[in-house]
Amino acid sequence: MNYKKNSLIKTGAFALIDMLVKHKVKNIFGYPGGAILPIYDELYHWEKKKLIKHYLVRHEQSAAHAADAYARATNEVGVCLATSGPGATNLVTGIATAQMDSVPIIAITGQVSRAFIGTDAFQEVDIFGITLPIVKHSFVVRDPRDISTIVSEAFYISKHGRPGAVLIDVPKDVGLEEFNYHDYDSIRDHKPITKYRPIYGPSIRQIEKFKKMLLESKQPILYVGGGAVMSRAQHEIEELASFIKIPVTTTLMGKGSFNEYNPLYLGMLGMHGTAYANFAVSECDLLIALGARFDDRVTGKLDEFACNAQVIHVDIDPAEIGKNRIPQLAIISDIKIVLKELLSSMKEGTNNMDKNQTQAWLHRIHKWKKEYPLSIPHDSKLLYPQEVINEISQIAQKAFFATDVGQHQMWAAQFLKVEQGKWLSSSGLGTMGYGLPAAIGAKIANPNDLIICITGDASFQMNLQELGTIAQYELDIKIFIINNQWQGMVRQWQQAFYDQRYAHSNMAKGQPDFVQLANSYGIRGIRVTTSKDLKSKIERIISTPGPLLIDCIVATSENCYPMIAPGKSNSQMLGLTKQLKTITN
Amino acid sequence: MKYTLSVLVEDEAGVLTRIAGLFARRGFNIESLAVGPAEQKGISRITMVVPGDDRTVEQLTKQLYKLVNILKVDNITEIPCVERELILVKINASTSSRPEILSILQVFRAKVVDLSENLLVLELTGDPGKVAAIQQLLQKFGIIEIARTGKIALTRTSKVNTEFLKSISMEI
Repeated sequence: MNYKKNSLIKTGAFALIDMLVKHKVKNIFGYPGGAILPIYDELYHWEKKKLIKHYLVRHEQSAAHAADAYARATNEVGVCLATSGPGATNLVTGIATAQMDSVPIIAITGQVSRAFIGTDAFQEVDIFGITLPIVKHSFVVRDPRDISTIVSEAFYISKHGRPGAVLIDVPKDVGLEEFNYHDYDSIRDHKPITKYRPIYGPSIRQIEKFKKMLLESKQPILYVGGGAVMSRAQHEIEELASFIKIPVTTTLMGKGSFNEYNPLYLGMLGMHGTAYANFAVSECDLLIALGARFDDRVTGKLDEFACNAQVIHVDIDPAEIGKNRIPQLAIISDIKIVLKELLSSMKEGTNNMDKNQTQAWLHRIHKWKKEYPLSIPHDSKLLYPQEVINEISQIAQKAFFATDVGQHQMWAAQFLKVEQGKWLSSSGLGTMGYGLPAAIGAKIANPNDLIICITGDASFQMNLQELGTIAQYELDIKIFIINNQWQGMVRQWQQAFYDQRYAHSNMAKGQPDFVQLANSYGIRGIRVTTSKDLKSKIERIISTPGPLLIDCIVATSENCYPMIAPGKSNSQMLGLTKQLKTITN
Repeated sequence: MKYTLSVLVEDEAGVLTRIAGLFARRGFNIESLAVGPAEQKGISRITMVVPGDDRTVEQLTKQLYKLVNILKVDNITEIPCVERELILVKINASTSSRPEILSILQVFRAKVVDLSENLLVLELTGDPGKVAAIQQLLQKFGIIEIARTGKIALTRTSKVNTEFLKSISMEI
């Protein structure tokens, strides 16, 4: 589109990109197609002026995942773009992934021209209808004059309250229509027009009760979820935990919200959590849930989850309070705000505070830690996944980690030590294929940081086409494939619960040579098959500049332990005896 | 138990779909639903009757609030309200049964809105109890068709609880 200089007459597409830029969007991910061509044509001009940068992925699903990881890594809104019909439906998995993990993304889809809507036109699909259950909110732009309002609202809604995914569906002719943009281009001081106003904040009474319950407790535990990461409350959580020595466990989403080297840290709890975290939660007398939602993978059998404990639940979403567990104290708030107020209140009245009130409790937990550590098997002829991941963790301490879904994800959660906001993993939806595009999103958000993708051979194959994106933009990402030639977690379940009937979980036949595959994209690949010189190998890998794929051929039938069978209580873990045996050896 | 929720929503495309989808997705039931424009332009009031217990209704209310277009959800079950429903009934009314029907209608202050040789259509507004009562009385004449609006309600600023007064006067 060519514009006369100083003309106020602009197109809908201009308005859209202009609003994105006004909302400080620097990078977007997408894939063009018929109905979204007016927007891509506009983008062409803006990119030339270096006002915004678009990254071409190889499949729309990856655009959504990359935007999602971009949002997680920056704590800003991620934006992705796709055309109508199949382009839009390809986004669906990515939108659902973001929504389940409360990640703020905006998905912009092309749509057939307004006159064709509802006529089953070429590449028409009701993406507004399809995504209704998996978005926080959605819009169809029926008039280009609404674009500035809609985009402002979309940013506000996706980020405020509990974050989530927002969809904007833009018919083709809306992008082409010209109008006097000057009258509509105001961003209105970021004050959105929507009436959506999430209300939260702790009251003094709530803070007092929080403090009282905390001081009365002898066996408290902090159970920290994704809300804490969103709120970037690491500092406050650490201050609270060290103030009266409260042990801390995190969920898969909460990983990184607490210094993992701190002796008060118990690791992850739940189905594949550490034994000591699960024991501690089962035995605690006060469970402080911060931005966590009592998910079934965390609680196991709900009735027996922390069944002797009083519960304090802090969450920004009122609907989470009492959804699964009725708390004794509920606070609707951003976690950082609550903890700040709590801490200042505690510092004021320290007279009656016994800072050693949890000593006996910590002693018990310490004993559990000694008795039931996470085990790392070793055999000089083989390579164990735990070894690889543990070694990576020790070498790459400042890295961003993107994972896929399955055994490798659980091992990564167990053995990696990550910093706040540097853990990128599809937790709620459990989307295989998330890892590689997520690493791309993280790399673009943080071009100078080390980005490591830990994936499985099956997960990797779900979005391996993104090697093309990595090659095109020369993204320095280290991809570790934990290759056991199985859908490892499926195999583990089939072994444990389905009498070893391995229905369609073996991936050996038809597996590509991943090293050659990387090479064909112009990406270097190497293969690691034994634990010999593992440390120096990984050190070399990490220090080599440029993208690199590492095919780690690991022991094929290693299982991820501990494990709580679905529907069982958290104190009944599988795989613990095995760990004890490993210790006595 | 049945709960009455009075919900104010932004009158936007897809808002009813969002609500219906929420009910289906989260496994809530809905017994009656009435929608119409509220006092302010661009805002609609939805009155819904939902079966459940305190906990499900609390959870439902919170889930409704998560929808961006929902402005206010009031649980007015325990609050004194004016509750009305409009019902249209088509019944058999031969010349022989017509007088009896008309006398029933008079008691209930219902109107005849269409009359033909053997059928009549009546219109009645009232609280759900009145609607149920007339339906029961007319049953024996043969009800052909029924159309109901679903209950609508507004709270009484007078705070007078007529249901409560009725129950007292009955005791006296």
